[in-house]
Amino acid sequence: MPTDNTILELKDVQIAYGQIQAVKGIDFHVSTGELVCLIGANGAGKTTTLNAISGTLPIKSGEIRFAGQDISKLPAHLRLRQGLALVPEGRGIFTRLTVEENLRMGAYTRDDKEAIEQDLERVYSMLPRVKERLAQVAGTLSGGEQQMVAIGRALLSRPKLLLLDEPSMGLAPLVVEKIFEVIQTVVKEGMSILLVEQNANLALEFASRGYVMDGGRITLAGSGSELLNDPAVRSAYLGEA
Amino acid sequence: METLLQQIVNGLVVGSVYALVALGYTMVYGILGLINFAHGDVLMVGALVALQVVLFLQKAFPLLGAVPTLLIALTVAMAVCMALGYIIERTAYRRLRNAPRLAPLITAIGVSFLLQTLAMIIWGRNYHSFPQLITTTPLQPVEGVFITPVQIIILVSSALLMTGLILLVNKTRLGRAMRATAENHRVASLMGVDTNKIIATTFIIGSALAAVAGVMFSSNYGVAHYAMGFTPGLKAFTAAVLGGIGNLGGAMVGGVVLGLVESIGAGYLGSATDLCHLPSWAQSASLIETCANGGSFELLSSNYQDIFAFVILGIVLIFRPTGLLGERVSDRA
Repeated sequence: MPTDNTILELKDVQIAYGQIQAVKGIDFHVSTGELVCLIGANGAGKTTTLNAISGTLPIKSGEIRFAGQDISKLPAHLRLRQGLALVPEGRGIFTRLTVEENLRMGAYTRDDKEAIEQDLERVYSMLPRVKERLAQVAGTLSGGEQQMVAIGRALLSRPKLLLLDEPSMGLAPLVVEKIFEVIQTVVKEGMSILLVEQNANLALEFASRGYVMDGGRITLAGSGSELLNDPAVRSAYLGEA
Repeated sequence: METLLQQIVNGLVVGSVYALVALGYTMVYGILGLINFAHGDVLMVGALVALQVVLFLQKAFPLLGAVPTLLIALTVAMAVCMALGYIIERTAYRRLRNAPRLAPLITAIGVSFLLQTLAMIIWGRNYHSFPQLITTTPLQPVEGVFITPVQIIILVSSALLMTGLILLVNKTRLGRAMRATAENHRVASLMGVDTNKIIATTFIIGSALAAVAGVMFSSNYGVAHYAMGFTPGLKAFTAAVLGGIGNLGGAMVGGVVLGLVESIGAGYLGSATDLCHLPSWAQSASLIETCANGGSFELLSSNYQDIFAFVILGIVLIFRPTGLLGERVSDRA
């Protein structure tokens, strides 16, 4: 249940693309410091939900509350200033900007120069492969490197809540491992994360709680281990008969 | 040889004016994918506002020197055009941001007509002579090659403006946000960029450059007119396409190349199409007589110089639609 400690709360949120109802009234919340994951099949409405939370997609009805405020009507760029960062599906790298410029775009709203440099150094230490490619145009990076830049960029805004949309999609297992290492590190430091993942096994293993979406509704909720051991989840999303 | 050098000088001057205007087209295209056909008319407004201010200052403060007069006029013209650029974006284009691409394009043509008609109502249909505040006595750096002080000022100030713009776009936080927005509005807004503000800023910068170009144009040719924006607008658009639309360096290169081709072409077009070069069997009796008396019969005079811009536009669109410096449009995964 939502408490004072709740950072994000969705109340009966409905989202439609024209006539097509993609999300049909969902309620869920994320508490401060939690890693919550949202799993479900393709087309269940997971990405739509994240886009609506980030402000790049309007909601039809319901309410999105962030850190105690109703942000349902706030434009995306102001939601970032409130402490909400999204790493979008497909990474959303600025391909014509250099890696360093991409990272600095993450700190666009900040003017604390010294702290920005420190945060950049932190990102480099977490993602050493990024540091080797700072002057390179980001479009020439591999998919895994781009994902790391996208995550590093989001961290540079110093978000309270980080929204991650399919960070493991299309990446080699070693890279996925590295990315989940970074996710764990920032959670340990107290950041809250809402993670959308196709790789449900991996996501549930690290998540404190999870929600299962199906056909625009939340059909199941529970702790990571509960969902991992739920026979219905295992057969539908974890590839077991 | 003098002809060639002289045409190069002329070409560089007119080319740098084209380049300033082309930058406005290419910046707006880069960020919105819109050809702002009203851009040439912003140049016209800049020239006519500057003219109005000069006339006022000459009457009210006759003792004010030429340089302060021109600087004040330029500042006012830039301010008016920056406001105009903002208003155009805010009222005409912003609400069409998500409309099919044809809608803003047609709107741009409509805005162009609107500006011309308003200017015609305010300033009338006559050609106004633009006071020559700076001496027009040409200097002669090389025997037989002339350059006026106005032309020198045009060359130097456009070089400075273009350098400033390149630094702004490539080295500042605003420039980075402009490039990010140009590439992906949605992701830029996820970085906390107010993309509406960035787009408005782009229009404002482009309009300021157009105002400067308008004042340069009028100072160089000594006239201002409500429809004067049309031809330079179209040529600057050609220059932007030639260089690779959406690419700042391309707009600069395209402007200068177009100016040079046009000027050098015009310099030789007359004698190249002189029918006296034809073998005598192909000449009529009267033509032979004219030529023998040292005359000429030029099929195309230098008045046809405008065809070069559009011939170039045609060739570029057929053989290299992405322009000289344009990149192939591809986004790697």
